[in-house]
Amino acid sequence: MNKLRIVFWAIAIFLMAGPIGASAAEEVNLYSARKEKLIKPLLDQFSAQTGIMVNLVTGKADALLKKLKSEGINSPADVLLTTDAGRLHRAKVAGVIQPFHSAVLKNAIPPQYRDTEGHWYGLSLRARPIMYVKGRVNPSELSSYEALADKKWKNRICIRSSSNIYNQSLIASMISANGIKKTEAWAKKFVKNFARPPKGGDRDQIKGAASGQCDIAIANTYYLAGMLKAKDKKQRAAANKVAVFWPNQSDRGSHVNISGAALTISAKNRANAIQLIEFLSTPKSQEWYAETNGEYPARKGVKMSDTLNSWGKFKADDLNLVNLGKLNPKAVMLMDRAGWK
Amino acid sequence: MPIQLDVKNVSVAYDGVAVVTGINFTLDVGQIGCLLGPSGCGKTSLLRAIAGFEPLASGEIHLHGKQVSSVGATTPPEKRRIGMVFQDFALFPHLSVSENISFGMRLMDKKQTASRVEELLDLMELRAFRHQHPHELSGGQQQRVALARAMGPKPEILLLDEPFSSMDAELREHLARDIRLVLKKDGVTAILVTHDQFEAFAMADEIGVVGEGQLRQWNNAYELYHRPADTMVSAFIGMGVMVSGQVIENGQIALSMGEIVKPAPENCEVGCMVSVLLRPDDLIHDDDSQLTFKIEDRAFRGAEFLYTLKTPDGEKVLCMVQSHHNHQIGEKIGVRLDVQHLTSFPMSDCSECQLTNCQSHQS
Amino acid sequence: MEDFTKKSEESSSSNWWNWATASLAGLLSLPILVVLGYLFTPAGEIWSHLVETVLADYVSNSLLLMFGVAIGSLLLGVGTAWLASMCSFPGRGIFEWMLLLPLAIPAYIIAYTYTGMLDFSGPVQSTIRDITGWGYGEYWFPEIRSLWGAALMLSLVLYPYVYLLTRAAFLNQSLCVLDVSRTLGNGPWRTFFTVALPLARPSIVAGLSLALMETLADYGTVQYFGVSTFTTGIFRTWYGLDNAAAAAQLSAMLLLFVFTLILLERNSRKKSRYHNTSQRHQSISRIPLKGWQSVGAITYCGAAVLFGFLLPASQLGIWATTVSEESIDGAFIDLISNSLLLGGVSALLALLLALFLSYGQRLHNKPIVKFSVRLSGMGYAVPGTVIAVGVIIPFAWLDNSFDSWMRAQFDVSTGLILSGTLFVLIFAYLVRFLAVSLQTVEAGLGRIKPSMDEAARSLGYKPNEVLRFVHLPMLKGSLLTAFLLVFVDVLKELPATLILRPFNFNTLAVRAYELAADERLADAAPASLAIVATGILPVILLSYSITKSRKTK
Repeated sequence: MNKLRIVFWAIAIFLMAGPIGASAAEEVNLYSARKEKLIKPLLDQFSAQTGIMVNLVTGKADALLKKLKSEGINSPADVLLTTDAGRLHRAKVAGVIQPFHSAVLKNAIPPQYRDTEGHWYGLSLRARPIMYVKGRVNPSELSSYEALADKKWKNRICIRSSSNIYNQSLIASMISANGIKKTEAWAKKFVKNFARPPKGGDRDQIKGAASGQCDIAIANTYYLAGMLKAKDKKQRAAANKVAVFWPNQSDRGSHVNISGAALTISAKNRANAIQLIEFLSTPKSQEWYAETNGEYPARKGVKMSDTLNSWGKFKADDLNLVNLGKLNPKAVMLMDRAGWK
Repeated sequence: MPIQLDVKNVSVAYDGVAVVTGINFTLDVGQIGCLLGPSGCGKTSLLRAIAGFEPLASGEIHLHGKQVSSVGATTPPEKRRIGMVFQDFALFPHLSVSENISFGMRLMDKKQTASRVEELLDLMELRAFRHQHPHELSGGQQQRVALARAMGPKPEILLLDEPFSSMDAELREHLARDIRLVLKKDGVTAILVTHDQFEAFAMADEIGVVGEGQLRQWNNAYELYHRPADTMVSAFIGMGVMVSGQVIENGQIALSMGEIVKPAPENCEVGCMVSVLLRPDDLIHDDDSQLTFKIEDRAFRGAEFLYTLKTPDGEKVLCMVQSHHNHQIGEKIGVRLDVQHLTSFPMSDCSECQLTNCQSHQS
Repeated sequence: MEDFTKKSEESSSSNWWNWATASLAGLLSLPILVVLGYLFTPAGEIWSHLVETVLADYVSNSLLLMFGVAIGSLLLGVGTAWLASMCSFPGRGIFEWMLLLPLAIPAYIIAYTYTGMLDFSGPVQSTIRDITGWGYGEYWFPEIRSLWGAALMLSLVLYPYVYLLTRAAFLNQSLCVLDVSRTLGNGPWRTFFTVALPLARPSIVAGLSLALMETLADYGTVQYFGVSTFTTGIFRTWYGLDNAAAAAQLSAMLLLFVFTLILLERNSRKKSRYHNTSQRHQSISRIPLKGWQSVGAITYCGAAVLFGFLLPASQLGIWATTVSEESIDGAFIDLISNSLLLGGVSALLALLLALFLSYGQRLHNKPIVKFSVRLSGMGYAVPGTVIAVGVIIPFAWLDNSFDSWMRAQFDVSTGLILSGTLFVLIFAYLVRFLAVSLQTVEAGLGRIKPSMDEAARSLGYKPNEVLRFVHLPMLKGSLLTAFLLVFVDVLKELPATLILRPFNFNTLAVRAYELAADERLADAAPASLAIVATGILPVILLSYSITKSRKTK
């Protein structure tokens, strides 16, 4: 029985050791919806340069948000990193992030990609254009998201489930531009043009198009970028069969979302936290970040990869990104009604 | 002899429904008692209350002069120094025979334990099986291990719950007698629960007949047989049938079959209807007798025949006859009544006889 | 019945057990109660929207999925259990343990591998098109990413629960009963259907209910296959519609499903309470299979192993070695040791808790105890994320309340003491997986006759000593099974780990998920393979322990 007791105490100590071990002198604590692989190297650079240790925990944005809310003012997190504007907006509404002002950031990030009150700052753009199969679709046939409701696209479109945040944001941007009624009417026709019930991720849509299941895929550009540089020959072959078309260039522009960072209300390492966010906005970080993630840098004038350059310049939707968050529930309900699985 | 077990006015209830009520009896040191009764009459509940597995709804139980159970206070079984042998033996399958036996002796020192185990192995003739596990033993061997295990720590009292129920009928009586010898040799106070009267006769000094939740009678076997306290006991113990009669003058009873017997029960006035217990040996075959009954059924018992006879007015009686008197079913034979100890009860009492279905326990 | 209330020694110990069992079970059901608490938060008009549009889909898809998995795992689990334990054919010994291997593969990973193989753009269909020259829509091929595909995937990795418990039941069956059937003129196959199968039913149902609870909790597979079930609905409502109350109410509906499931299972067990019917087991004499029978048995068992383990594992191996941009490096040692640590500690604690709860229940079968124990076992069917939220809320509240009290009293801030530590994560694992160990331990205890307890009590052993000296040694096999099942489950667990792990702490499952969620399936292969490899050892151990429990001729 004594042995058992020793084991128990050992376990207890081990379980409680977490927070003690994490309290180094100079540090910053990061809740990140961005995956470890796609941010860690940059954080390591930051630590090497400044001597500030970055403690990281990754997870799904909504779960992290819930965690922040429950932990309240005692949350260990200093910085919240998300991959869409909607969640940043929700964090602001929930009161778990605080505004801060930084000349460096104001200078680096264009105003449409940061919160007007300084609650959050965008770090990269994620564009969701139309991708078409070269040879089967003439780009002159394409114009806008709206035009994809036309009967001529029947059984020719691949797009993933409406449970996905990218589609929810896209529809939110359309509601913002065209209103609910018009968007719902459009969605009902658009759904009828699907080549197959929505399933899989964005890469699967591109693969579907490449293999002949459909002629048009709607996907975020960084997935295509990822496929183009994949080690797998088949992925590269599939990616090479499709080309990017930037829709709505004559009106509001193609749909984009952002990934961004915010300072939590509980931040105990405030200065370090701001320093980290500023570091992420430097041209060098932006270049690495955009390159690694296959996304567009939020900062203007940053060198881009050949892949990104090959898709050409485009006009991004100039909609205030806060609306994406606000309209998200409406978008989901609209897709439910339209029968978009 | 000092009193070892004292059961005072005990009732046991499950969910508020009483199973046994108002039980009183005592057991002296070294005495073997038995609770005998048909299944479902509450005797096992009473035994479990003595063991401490069931709380009391009323009354008290004293063990070796110490109160162990009363209403609202139950000393847990492990603190009572009892030994119990279960119907299914409940041997620990992960332990060998000698480990099973020494299981309850952990408070003794090693030497004592070892010698006690040896003693019991010898007593139970289990020496050859000491290293085997329960599943490798026969039923009789398992039973002896269970008994040895219960006796191991020298309990204040040994409780045996239908320990022979899984044995052959032939073996039971034999085993019961063997175990009685062992218990007596060890001076153990014990109480046995069974539905088999022959087992009870073979083993116990004192027998309590339990019926419908009550202790009908507490006495030795002879008294139970010859002086049953009520119709239930008379019907349950031994063979016999109830015939009806009417009290006539001088404390005599006129049986409906025509004979006159005595004495009538006390407080019975002339004209009162009574039931009279007739044992098979009360009826003697006599070819010269005027009284002849028709043979309804017969059973060969080796030395004798047990005939079931029908009286002219339709009552059935039993008659034991030496087996060279070989009569066929349907024949009429002459009998005469030779009653040594007449037992009779006022008629209103007799309904209980039917309820307990006495005949079924005879065969 | 106040008249018969017990006091004194017996009752103080009885009160202690009652109190301890009920409160421990209560603590473990806390997260579920937190979720149920949302039932009283008005969710607004969202319900009319859900009812009008998607709810019917959620209900029917969840039911169909459960139906499919029930059929699939019974077909795969029961027959193989009979063949592997009671028949003899070449390779039986190998199949006996290999049939358990799919347990080591997380459902979402097997879904990824099969999609990779069977999808329209995958190698199988591409080859068909290359050979025949057909194009899209010119030939029929089963769609793997569908409801029935999801049922198949889940069946392939969940059938081992049915196999495991059913096989144990077959091995424990008294051979006398089977022999009696043979002497009554039933052939071995008729005996299987008329005697062995009905006798094993409680175990089959127990295994099936585990598989179905996992099915209800599954998120990864159905989400990837685009099947709208309760689980995906919960997340869609919570994340997409930003309505936590409605999401929790959907979770509560899900719990209703689970409760029905549990009641069914209890009922089937109650009706047939078998302690070992006969004390005497002979060793098994297996039914020898001849000729085509052997071939059939090998094909049957082989198919389960091939499709449930070999094929997906090879696909992972191929990805890991050819196209993955990730490789197994030094960082994996950390990941593996973290995973092992979490699995080991959680499995041990789950075992102790299960033992404590089921023994408490055996001692005092009071309705309140029974109810709280049942409630604490419901976490198994609740998606990990929902559990995690149910865990965060009360712990963060506790931490924050203590902090503000300390601030007010001593002007000292304690911060979050428990939140963000492994303690909370392991607590969540216990809530999630207690059902597994509880199920196994309860089944084991149920096989020990109550007279064993009483015999030990009459020999001077207190209830806790009875547990230690009688039950524990007799339960060895069940305890090991319970430990290993939870261990493997924790190894595979993702959503709760993701939310509750402390800073800078990763497991194999987290690593695999991060890459897979980024749609880099091939890159996720090395980590997935490591999960499978780590899970295999306990699974083999498990199989060995069961076989050992029963010697055979």
